[in-house]
Amino acid sequence: MNGSFLSQNRSVFWFLLSLAVFVLIVTVLSEATGNGMISTSFVKTLGKTLCLMLVAIAMDVVWGYTGILSLGHMAFFGLGGYMIGMWLMYARIEIIITESLRAAAIPPTPEEIHDAIGTQIFGVVGSSDFPPIWIFAHSFWLQIAMVVLVPGLLALVFGWLAFRSRVTGVYLSILTQAMTLALSLYLFQNESGLRGNNGLSGLQNLPGLDAVPQAQISIAFFWASAVALGAGYVLFAWVVSGKMGSVIRGIRDNESRVRFLGYHVESYKLFVFTLTGIVAGIAGALYYPQAGIINPNEIAPIASIYLAVWVAIGGRGRLYGAALGAAFVSLLSSWFTSGGAPNIPLGFYTIQWTDWWLVLLGVSFVAVTLLAPKGIGGLFDLIATRGSAEGGEKK
Amino acid sequence: MLRALLLAFALVLCLCMPAGPARAQDQDLQTILQTQAEEVASPGRQSVGTLIEALTASGLPSVPLFLERWADRGVYQRSSDGLFYFAEKQGDDYALSDIASGAPAGTAPGSEMTQIRPNGGVRRVIATALVQFQLSDPDITRRSAALDAIARSPEPDQLEPLRNSIAGETDPELLARKERLAGMLAARFGDTADERIAAIEALSGALSVDVRAVLNQILTTKPGVATALPENANIARTLTPGKDLTEDEAYARLVEAGLAPAIWSRDQIKAALTENIADGAVGGVPLGQLVSEDGRDRAYAALAAAGTVPPLVTKADEATAVSAHVFYEEYDETDASITSAAREALDEVETRVFFNQMLDLGLDALSLASIYFLAAIGLAITFGVMGVINMAHGEFIMMGAYTGYVVQQIIPDYTVSIIVALPLAFAVTFGAGVAMERLVIRWLYHRPLETLLATFGISIALQQLAKNIFGTQARPLTSPSWLDGAWVLNDVVGIANIRIAIFVLALIFLGLILFVLNKTRLGLEVRAVTQNPGMAASMGINPDKINMLTFGLGSGIAGIAGVAIGLYAKVTSEMGADYIVQSFMTVVVGGVGNVWGTLAGAGLIGILQKGIEYFNPSNTLAAQTYMILFIILFIQFRPKGIVALKGRAAGD
Repeated sequence: MNGSFLSQNRSVFWFLLSLAVFVLIVTVLSEATGNGMISTSFVKTLGKTLCLMLVAIAMDVVWGYTGILSLGHMAFFGLGGYMIGMWLMYARIEIIITESLRAAAIPPTPEEIHDAIGTQIFGVVGSSDFPPIWIFAHSFWLQIAMVVLVPGLLALVFGWLAFRSRVTGVYLSILTQAMTLALSLYLFQNESGLRGNNGLSGLQNLPGLDAVPQAQISIAFFWASAVALGAGYVLFAWVVSGKMGSVIRGIRDNESRVRFLGYHVESYKLFVFTLTGIVAGIAGALYYPQAGIINPNEIAPIASIYLAVWVAIGGRGRLYGAALGAAFVSLLSSWFTSGGAPNIPLGFYTIQWTDWWLVLLGVSFVAVTLLAPKGIGGLFDLIATRGSAEGGEKK
Repeated sequence: MLRALLLAFALVLCLCMPAGPARAQDQDLQTILQTQAEEVASPGRQSVGTLIEALTASGLPSVPLFLERWADRGVYQRSSDGLFYFAEKQGDDYALSDIASGAPAGTAPGSEMTQIRPNGGVRRVIATALVQFQLSDPDITRRSAALDAIARSPEPDQLEPLRNSIAGETDPELLARKERLAGMLAARFGDTADERIAAIEALSGALSVDVRAVLNQILTTKPGVATALPENANIARTLTPGKDLTEDEAYARLVEAGLAPAIWSRDQIKAALTENIADGAVGGVPLGQLVSEDGRDRAYAALAAAGTVPPLVTKADEATAVSAHVFYEEYDETDASITSAAREALDEVETRVFFNQMLDLGLDALSLASIYFLAAIGLAITFGVMGVINMAHGEFIMMGAYTGYVVQQIIPDYTVSIIVALPLAFAVTFGAGVAMERLVIRWLYHRPLETLLATFGISIALQQLAKNIFGTQARPLTSPSWLDGAWVLNDVVGIANIRIAIFVLALIFLGLILFVLNKTRLGLEVRAVTQNPGMAASMGINPDKINMLTFGLGSGIAGIAGVAIGLYAKVTSEMGADYIVQSFMTVVVGGVGNVWGTLAGAGLIGILQKGIEYFNPSNTLAAQTYMILFIILFIQFRPKGIVALKGRAAGD
């Protein structure tokens, strides 16, 4: 089985190989090894890009292979970030508080430390008590479990509700978008227990690792993101191959026919939806410590739509396409919006890319949808060898 | 003799007859003042009353003005003859005017004039005395201002003058206000209990905020605690510890009343322990053991046993102290019959207020529903009838609003500009819709998910384009002045005119769309094409043209909705995005492919959102969150919406 799924997906080998080479090059050139040709902040950008690629291949499995256009996977991504952020914030502030109370005449009790942490974290929303959702925040392992459980359970419950009442197609997209909107509106409230629109911040400082320079931490996260991406790629390559892959592709192409053949379509969809939700959560948990801050804006419906944009531009129905699309568009986007792209003077008007990038993105998105439904990944078809077993979209 | 007597009598009569009326005129203001010159010059709060009584009793027309000037420190005394004048500084001298007639009375050097400065207490007494003059002042604005002053800070002694002035009131509106105010004052400050109860009962039919305030002021309570319920107090209610208030709160009241020793907080215990550190230990307990509450308690107990700190109040002590006392709330008003009457009246008022609030909530919900309906009705056509997901629908709304804004920049008259803007917005977005249908959507009719993505691309491009052209700050779209203000039914129920206008607009569009779809050739063809394009084409209908027109129509209506929404909210490049999810919700909840369904969906969402906001008014975010959750659940149970199409029209 193992051999067969790898032979079905030759891209796995090439993807892992190029990922490994890429990671090695970046490591050697980074500040962590003293070379300094790639700055720490750019290493972080690359690490974040790897996380986005991971969530993009998850999106590709749920949309490109199963045909569910979910506009909620960035919500799972954000939830994963929130879950890890809770531990990061709690643990770091615990260390600071313990340090500052050490000088006190009478040693502090655990309750006092807990209260002081609460005041420190929630002072910004005018509260000092820990909301119930923070009960596991003190423990790294429990909170890591939350990274998997919270997005996974949300995806499971939502998917179960949606699939069992046979909401499909655009209706499902709108429903997932509504879920995302509801979640972000909820998190915007100060009463949500996650610091309202302030979000969680200072996540780039790992508890107990203040002595370690950010250059090394960034490389460590870069490696972790690369490992997660590689593992995710293998996992999804396995999911989309074999009998399982055939069934979910069948669901995409004609759901009713698959159901009439006796397959329990809802279970397959629910499995894919939940699994990709969990992977999205893990990607988020790796992304936000590199970003340093998470707030409800990150979960807004637009983020999930951008995710769909990346996958569409990269090419649906092929994992490497989605990964490339995410990397290409997100890096290009940060290049354009950070003023990296040269402005174009037209004499009467100067096109500043910080203003015009979104217009360009929107228009090129329309163009890709209309003219190149296979996206960037379609380019590989031109150079692909004749006997390729890669599925691709045959619509 | 008789003649002499008669003569004497006549003489006396002659002397007396004019003397009666003449007395008031003869004894002019200055004379009255001179009889109590000392009091005028340096009035005291207690003693000034007799003087003011004399002044008001004289009935002289110049008294009110004098009182006013007196309080405002505009009255001066001339030291040479002790006479009072109104004076104004002119250089070093003072220009004098007569206090009775106001006529100029020459000037006097500054050294001769002493300003009279009544203190705050006296000024209040004067102001109260002035009220009765102002209440019957010939100038209606001053009468109204006096009523405002009384309503702002009601005083017991205003009641009499207010009542006296009612008889002479000519203006019917002011008369009503005076009677209302007199009723409210009587309820609070009436002389006898019966009078007050009657006044309170009269208030129970009212609805306004100030009446509720009056009743609440009668019903103010103060907390009380004692070993047994006091006999003669007017008790509002007794409080049971553990039910109405927590044990700790109850104990805190005991502490406040000085009936029990205070509980030491953890911080205070800690401070006491810190003070008593000796040789790395407190009370024999080593510092290392103080990292737990238990260790600290032991250390404190050791200190308390040694007598260095007061003993701790334990939970058991607290419970004993609390159970030995009764806790209650006592009315400030001692007469029980008055408070029970006020309570009854307040209950009655509040019931009426509740029903009116429901009515107001209903109006709000209706208004919100009409906004959602306007935003969604265009979608009901493009998405509901044609099945095209147009994520740029919100941006068409934005386009319409910006069209209105631009028109207002060109045409300054708001009424004309709105009349121009509505059809222009339709034309602009109709054109944009047709262009979009021709260029993008018609290639994607068989790939609905990709329509969603492509139109989303258009949406972000249009949004950014608007940002580049108009900037990020909100642009105003001003409504004509006849739409300002509100339609106010009573103190509780009211609705802004602009919302009524939007409601009317929504109704017009409902009618228009129903007419176009059901009664015109175009509508027939639209329905035919949406049900079966192949069959429609073989009947001689051009599906391309119909699709183009239908999409243009839906987009055009979005443009008009944009003008309406812009009048009520600010115009920004993101305004469309704010409505797009709700609009889709409205269409989906209502039932796709049906205008009535959209109406039902908008109604449901409007009522739902306002209903949730009613229970949690401070948090509109939560209301939106719960509403979306409700909709997600609703779709579970009615996937086809409220008004589901049946039969062949339902399609697949």
